[in-house]
Amino acid sequence: MALLDDYEKFVGPEVVYELELYASKLSGVIVKNINSTKVGGGVAEILTRMIPILKELRVNAHWDVIKGDDRFFEVTKKMHNALHGQNMKFTQEEIDIYLDTNERNADQMELNGDILFIHDPQPCALIRRKKKGEQKWIWRCHIDFSNPDPFTWNFLKEYIEQYDLSIFSAPSFARELNIPQVLISPSIDPLSDKNKDLPQETIDSVLERFNIDKKRPIVTQISRFDYLKDPVGVVKVYHRIRKYIDCQLVLAGGGATDDTEGAKVLSEVEEITANDPDIFLLLLPPSSDMEINALQRASTVILQKSLKEGFGLTVAEALWKSKPVIAGAVGGIPLQIAHKYSGLLTHSLDGTAFALKQLLQNPSYAKMLGENGHNHIRKNFLITRHIRDYLLLFLSLLHKKEDIVYL
Amino acid sequence: MVLNAKEPFRFYSRQNLTFLSGKKATDILELLDGIKEAPDMSIYHHTHHYLEQHEFLSPEPPNDFAYWVTNVLHDKLVGEEIASLDLRQYSTISEIRQRIIEIIEFSINQNTEHFSRKSPPGEEFHFMSARSFVFPTKYIANNLIEFYDCLKKVTINSVFYHVFEARLFRKIPGFCEWLLSSLDEKELSEEICKLDPYTQTMENLRKMLVGLVETRLKVYNYGFA
Repeated sequence: MALLDDYEKFVGPEVVYELELYASKLSGVIVKNINSTKVGGGVAEILTRMIPILKELRVNAHWDVIKGDDRFFEVTKKMHNALHGQNMKFTQEEIDIYLDTNERNADQMELNGDILFIHDPQPCALIRRKKKGEQKWIWRCHIDFSNPDPFTWNFLKEYIEQYDLSIFSAPSFARELNIPQVLISPSIDPLSDKNKDLPQETIDSVLERFNIDKKRPIVTQISRFDYLKDPVGVVKVYHRIRKYIDCQLVLAGGGATDDTEGAKVLSEVEEITANDPDIFLLLLPPSSDMEINALQRASTVILQKSLKEGFGLTVAEALWKSKPVIAGAVGGIPLQIAHKYSGLLTHSLDGTAFALKQLLQNPSYAKMLGENGHNHIRKNFLITRHIRDYLLLFLSLLHKKEDIVYL
Repeated sequence: MVLNAKEPFRFYSRQNLTFLSGKKATDILELLDGIKEAPDMSIYHHTHHYLEQHEFLSPEPPNDFAYWVTNVLHDKLVGEEIASLDLRQYSTISEIRQRIIEIIEFSINQNTEHFSRKSPPGEEFHFMSARSFVFPTKYIANNLIEFYDCLKKVTINSVFYHVFEARLFRKIPGFCEWLLSSLDEKELSEEICKLDPYTQTMENLRKMLVGLVETRLKVYNYGFA
């Protein structure tokens, strides 16, 4: 497991010094993280990497998971979709399953520690076991909260407002709440399989495996086959510029076997690609981080033509690899790209096609955007910044009154 | 000869934690109301975080209010006026807030067309705030040479702290104050005070500060490699 020294080469010794300083002020403080799974999904991924680093910093950090049966996870999946904006109705039975499962977990877990750090909606109702006293409870929302289903939001709000503090990933996810809300953006890990440096032979072998020509420009979008990622729009953009520039298009993303909408989107994309040998539709299994890394590194330009986006960390991944990125100005993407400085933000199909032509025909401009983007990600979106924000957050619970805290 | 300072200069640094208020504006009047009601640290955040977050980018427009009015409401006149605000001439957040309010109120009194401009869904102005964590670094200067050496080595956040935050919140001295009070470097202090730090990248600002100190050290015949 990568530890602090391994990150120092990316962020410099001063960043590590700061983390050590903040952690030293948290001596004796016990932080207990609780989520719903040890493996799979972004929350488990980030906790798997963060807990060892926090421990190395001598923060007394722990991680526990709640247990639930299939019915519980069906309800929480439905809740997840509702919080993403889908209209949902919940039966009393479903509500009881959610609350009873939380209650049973609260009976079985030791809810000790100075800070209880609860991740996402699944264990949110554990807050009912909060006791009066010094213990602080934080609720961390990892999902897009910009347009939640009102019923689900009001149901969950009752529990969220019992916490001492909440955390959201983007400004647009903030709600009117009677507890403080902190903005902490997600991050990427430069040492993960998806982001670590790769030898050229590995990149070449991935291209060979998919029959992609490394000598011609490669335009790539990495995303699920989802209407909101607009893969059909990406193909249309490619068709417009293909008249002028000889290039290839790679659309790579997760499988669609259990996702009916995903399968429909994929079939629409297949229809419009009309067996073009220069378009590569790659349905990759979940364990394809290395392949995605290689495809991003082999790309000439990377697109993220999303119509709606949570945070859009694929943009950070691409910029980290110093790639020029053209992306929709939605969700958290404008936080990652300053237009014309660290990438190009677009609002339409025509705008994206124009931007793509610009970058394919001006390699030095494209290179400058990619390099600026890399620096922006290094400073603002690596895991070390994420850990720093968490440490500051813990400190802020100990210094509740001051606007400026002198450590 | 380079004299020792009456008091050593300790370089501090800082980091911010950003708080979300949950309040948002969809037009210029809601923005104005929000600016009037926001805590000082919110005004500070919206007028300063861009400088730090995009340390490699010359800030344009330099604050969130101007950016939103220009790029979302497409009100270039008011946007330009807020962007042109000379933050250097204000020494407190209250003064900055008051000046922004005056600009917006004056503009909307002149032209009621401003009222009709609404942000599209999803592009509202979100009021945020910040809590600042200030901490000492290992860098301490006992004289101008050491100050020069430290200035080249400290993090850009430390430069940011002494140039912007120390000036506005005044608990720990900025560069100008120390150069004047502890080294009697009146001329150098004035030159540094005259710099407008809001219109350049942080690294460029550091270069200018280092350059000014270097010029002063040459007067003392301090040799540079």
